[in-house]
Amino acid sequence: MQKERPLSPHLSVYKPQITSVLSILNRVFGSFMAVSTPVLVYWLMSIASGPEAYAELQACFSHWFAKLFLLAWAFSFFYHMSNGIRHLFWDAGKGHDLETLNKSGYAVLASAVTLTAITIVFALKGGA
Amino acid sequence: MAEFTLPKNSKVEKGTHFPAPASATNVRSFKVYRWSPDDDKNPHTDTYDVDMDDCGPMVLDALIKIKNEIDPTLTFRRSCREGICGSCAMNIDGTNTLACTKGVDECKGDVPIYPLPHMSVIKDLVPDMTHFYAQYASVEPWLKTKTPVSLAAERLQSKEDREKLDGLYECILCACCSTSCPSYWWNSDKYLGPAILLQSYRWLADSRDEATGERLDALEDPFKLYRCHTIMNCTNACPKGLNPGKAISEIKKMIAERSL
Repeated sequence: MQKERPLSPHLSVYKPQITSVLSILNRVFGSFMAVSTPVLVYWLMSIASGPEAYAELQACFSHWFAKLFLLAWAFSFFYHMSNGIRHLFWDAGKGHDLETLNKSGYAVLASAVTLTAITIVFALKGGA
Repeated sequence: MAEFTLPKNSKVEKGTHFPAPASATNVRSFKVYRWSPDDDKNPHTDTYDVDMDDCGPMVLDALIKIKNEIDPTLTFRRSCREGICGSCAMNIDGTNTLACTKGVDECKGDVPIYPLPHMSVIKDLVPDMTHFYAQYASVEPWLKTKTPVSLAAERLQSKEDREKLDGLYECILCACCSTSCPSYWWNSDKYLGPAILLQSYRWLADSRDEATGERLDALEDPFKLYRCHTIMNCTNACPKGLNPGKAISEIKKMIAERSL
């Protein structure tokens, strides 16, 4: 009897492409934001519950891990937003040629980094 | 559902090393995926060292030299050797392309060669294209008309309308794009993939075709078209420089516009 045919290798042999890497990052950051929405809810609830509750939350947020988390959240948000705008152009039928594709990809990365940096500056100045 | 790892029978093992003759000075190594239905071995990669001073410049030249001079059991498809038949589509140095138009000098170091990704393997570098061709047939790739044409005249098309087919008619159905698409890897049972959708758009964009509505109806479901998430690996891979990703966006636009 003939043995079963194998499946040719895919993920393990395909070189990461700028196209596919940016695409999977969009999903990773999007999922991260979705999963961490409860933190946002907790934040809003503490604001609504008055100064004491908010002070408690601020104490939590001053921990280094919480700061790291907020940094990741800010970057995810800006990346997802920038790449979302890129997707809007695609949906309008624009920017599919390879050169524009590469440029807009790097622009998304640059914009996410810049906006996150601006947010950090504001956060530090605001004394959060 | 997406299976990110290979099934047990598909795990790639280490194979045999075939060294070049001692006199060779300009040697390149090709690590080629091997699998035969006639033994009980798992897939493995054999390494062939080729003397490039005695070999043509393209990856296909090296494969033919290996088959002729080193290992006649190596199996692959090839025909035109000039990028028009699409037979020698395979995964070379990590991306899908045609072996006949890929220069060995475009690859650094050892050259890994695998069959087109996430396909059922018939032997070595030969994948089973049955499903891909069936998907092509499913978009009914021929001119459909309702209005009769007089026997004296052909169905004429303006130069501008003809130009709309540029970048579409050149597709040779090599499947490099479809098998570079992660979405096609995980959903090829229902998603048509970039090559077939570009072919479908070739008829949607044809001014002479009168079945546009029916064609769009047939594509409008959660899988056939909309499993495209604009990853754009397809356009990156196309050895003919075409843009399947754009063609898919145009189809999505046509469906959106007709419901306005």
